[in-house]
Amino acid sequence: MLILNCPCCGVDAEESELAAGGEAHLKRYGPGSSEDDFHDYLFMRENPKGVHFERWRHANGCGKWFHAARCTQTLEVFGTYSAQVYEPPQEIKDAITAKRPGWTWRDFS
Amino acid sequence: MKHYSAFAVAREALRYHTGWERAWRSPEPKKRYDAIIVGAGGHGLATAYYLGKNYGIQNVAVIEKGWLGGGNTGRNTTIIRSNYLQDPSAAIYEKARSLYEDLSQDLNYNIMFSPRGVIMLAQTQHEIRGYQRTAHANALQGVKTEWIGPERVKELVPIINLDGPRYPVLGGLWQERGGTARHDAVAWGYARACSAMGMDIIQQCEVTGVRQENGRVIGVDTTKGAIDCDKLGVVVAGHSGQLAEMAGFRLPLEAVALQALVSEPIKPCMDVVVMANTVHGYMSQSDKGEMVIGGGTDGFNNYTQRGSFHHIEETVRALVETFPMISRLKMLRQWGGIVDMTGDRSPILSKTPLQGCFINGGWGTGGFKAIPGSGWGMAQLMATGHSPLTEAFSLDRFKEGRFIDESVAAGVAH
Repeated sequence: MLILNCPCCGVDAEESELAAGGEAHLKRYGPGSSEDDFHDYLFMRENPKGVHFERWRHANGCGKWFHAARCTQTLEVFGTYSAQVYEPPQEIKDAITAKRPGWTWRDFS
Repeated sequence: MKHYSAFAVAREALRYHTGWERAWRSPEPKKRYDAIIVGAGGHGLATAYYLGKNYGIQNVAVIEKGWLGGGNTGRNTTIIRSNYLQDPSAAIYEKARSLYEDLSQDLNYNIMFSPRGVIMLAQTQHEIRGYQRTAHANALQGVKTEWIGPERVKELVPIINLDGPRYPVLGGLWQERGGTARHDAVAWGYARACSAMGMDIIQQCEVTGVRQENGRVIGVDTTKGAIDCDKLGVVVAGHSGQLAEMAGFRLPLEAVALQALVSEPIKPCMDVVVMANTVHGYMSQSDKGEMVIGGGTDGFNNYTQRGSFHHIEETVRALVETFPMISRLKMLRQWGGIVDMTGDRSPILSKTPLQGCFINGGWGTGGFKAIPGSGWGMAQLMATGHSPLTEAFSLDRFKEGRFIDESVAAGVAH
């Protein structure tokens, strides 16, 4: 079972306490944007076999949203961090680099 | 290829079964093929088979990273039905179901198609309305289904408990000609027929790159060297995203794990397939007597081909209420497969931005039932550039807003 540490309340939450919220750090395109941008924002998701960043909600706990860095190939968790950021903090990136040297995800590396 | 028949069994019985030949050849790849199919699962092999049978394109290779039929073709719960809500879905799934009817004769390979009937249980008022709507839609589409009341459900499935406190059975959508087939045999039968046409099935050979020139595909790089081709069909289910990345485009897909389990074998107790979408569980009894149970998806991106215990617990807990007699069964095996999900829960059969490269994927949690129809349509698309079966499932439907929304109609137990 997947266990994520909720950075909001500090609890090590089991998968059944959590709700997956999909890809993290989406840039939102709305009215006035190009068709391609809007299409990609709505439907295209990163689908990596490896390092992935996601939004999660501690649904049956404190109820707050947060971010998680995970490996989709091994289910290894690299760390969780606040929802109020536009990109993963350096310590999360470092933790990933320690285990997956040379990783990239969208523009992050 | 030697013909399988009752006579052949008798002949071999008299000579200690020394005359059977291998069902398919395992050749080394040639330098060039007219068409290459990546992925030797059911959909890939069916595509190759109908390319040869319907369009005479027989210089074909099917390339497989692992072993033939070792992905989702060998990991599903073998259910075949076509009671879908939307017209394009009903068309392709009904084509598949009708091809399954005489596939054993067509392939000269017993795929053990068993049209035992499929019930989708309605356990909430919402589901009653949904399934009645589907039954009406099916009537217009020419797919034979019927809305049945709880008494008829009990008649068809004597072991069911209609009055569960939490999930009462309020009726069901009944498709009499739905059923099951032997999943491995479907892959093996197609493989044997493809091999007999002279196609090469190359196992243990991973595609590592897609070669292109002036926006056109010219071949693939593999662990067994470069192979040239005119047309490329990508039919790799969970790994569609990886292949698309090699080919230089993106797909609106996410890979998640779906799991299933089987019980110890018991005496025959249920001769139909029962699906309960409210509780994310479905069950049928295999010819060996095992209860085959399918569960829900994880809900997050996952490439591990493993399940998780709490999903099994959820599924089994709900099924035990509906089928009290299974509460003391031991579960024998549990496994997971990687399914590629689209936003509208319908597949993608389409041309791609790379000329000569076609994609067949996104079947999500419901690909097995579609294998012959998917192969039929995909072969037509690859051979002629157009297929009425696959037209609606093109990649640009997302941009154009032409969704084929089956997520409400089919839910998780798809």
